[in-house]
Amino acid sequence: MIAPIDHRVTRIARGAFTGAAAGAKFPLLMAHDHPDHDHDHAHDHGQHPPSDMELRVKALETLLVEKGLVDPAALDAIVDHFEHKVGPRNGARVVARAWSDPDYRDRLLTDATSAIAELGYVGAQGAHMVAVENTPSVHNMVVCTLCSCYPWPVLGLPPVWYKSAPYRSRAVIDPRGVLGEFGVSLPEDVEIRVWDSTSEIRYLVIPERPAGTEALGEEALAALVTRDGMIGTARL
Amino acid sequence: MNGVHDMGGMHGLGPIVTEPDEPTFHHPWEGRVHAMTVATPTRSNIDAGRHQRELIPGPEYLAMTYYEKWFRSLCERLVIAGVLTASELASGRPAEGSAKSEPRLRAEGVEPALTAPGTYEREVSVAPAFRPGDKVRGRNIHPVGDTRLPRYARGRLGEVVRWHGAHVFPDSNAHDKGEDPRHLYTVRFAARELWGEAASPRDSVYIDLWEPYLERA
Repeated sequence: MIAPIDHRVTRIARGAFTGAAAGAKFPLLMAHDHPDHDHDHAHDHGQHPPSDMELRVKALETLLVEKGLVDPAALDAIVDHFEHKVGPRNGARVVARAWSDPDYRDRLLTDATSAIAELGYVGAQGAHMVAVENTPSVHNMVVCTLCSCYPWPVLGLPPVWYKSAPYRSRAVIDPRGVLGEFGVSLPEDVEIRVWDSTSEIRYLVIPERPAGTEALGEEALAALVTRDGMIGTARL
Repeated sequence: MNGVHDMGGMHGLGPIVTEPDEPTFHHPWEGRVHAMTVATPTRSNIDAGRHQRELIPGPEYLAMTYYEKWFRSLCERLVIAGVLTASELASGRPAEGSAKSEPRLRAEGVEPALTAPGTYEREVSVAPAFRPGDKVRGRNIHPVGDTRLPRYARGRLGEVVRWHGAHVFPDSNAHDKGEDPRHLYTVRFAARELWGEAASPRDSVYIDLWEPYLERA
């Protein structure tokens, strides 16, 4: 099953492939060498990519489809998965359950992979989960200094700032300064534990349950839990 | 490798810029890049994909957006893995007479594939060298290939807090030299051990480190 090919786009994009970066290891995709390139150096902010990226990506997809290597409907389903099936609402349900059910909290702290799977959240980038719990005296925050490791099944794909150089570089050396940029000021006597996700272990922060929520059920509690609270760059 | 990707502890890389109500993908092409990365055979070796991004020369790495890096490494991995030829990538057309494949992933297979439990833990016959409570030091090594031992932990004294069993070893797997599973530990490093007296005496950094990265202290 091959998707209809937009020949106009394909032709332009093919030109972009051949025109770029003569002499590079692969003659491709060197965005900075393309004549139509209008990269405004938004860099990791992701809001203003080069105008030709769409064409280059379309050209690669067309080639892979023509060779029978990918099914465009499968790509649609993958995009749908990340846009709609995973995200911080999943993690919020895990946290709300841990707040509501002491036995579940214990299981989550002992074997997070299994405890999270109980709620149906399993899969890529969640094979080995560890949950770390904030308390009045301990604050946890998660980073991946080497790339962008993040627990997809419970939090979805990471925000741009999490993948960006400023956060990756400073979270380990200056966690209090970084937290300050997020508007979080911790007393000196609170211990900060930074978790650098260097392996396939993925970390989920269990934020402190806000005061005055004793009467709330799990669903209402889950609504209080934010993505940044589960990364550790926010308190609830 | 001592590349710019290994940025833990650097200064001067700018302010953290957050975006309220950020979308999953900022442009449809970003979603296609993510999806193609997941759907093509290159994904079978996640370490090699990571290393391919590390190999982007530093000045370009720092100037590219996240999915520009993914796109470039995807294209390069497709050629290295023999899925595409360099000339196919250059021309955008299948080589004449090239065989037509069958996609490894169809739409109906996507949810099962993305929600399969999976594991990077492997059975090994060797006992772990360390146990929780052991004092260890990050080895002063500078591999030129892929490694998950950040520079800021090398030569630093820490304490094993957890053993995770043996996991696929990126330093081998990233280079298509096999999984070579090694014992994996979470090691706690006091912030003052890493960053000196200016750091809080209470704070610490926990890093997942494979046994070959560590020596007994």
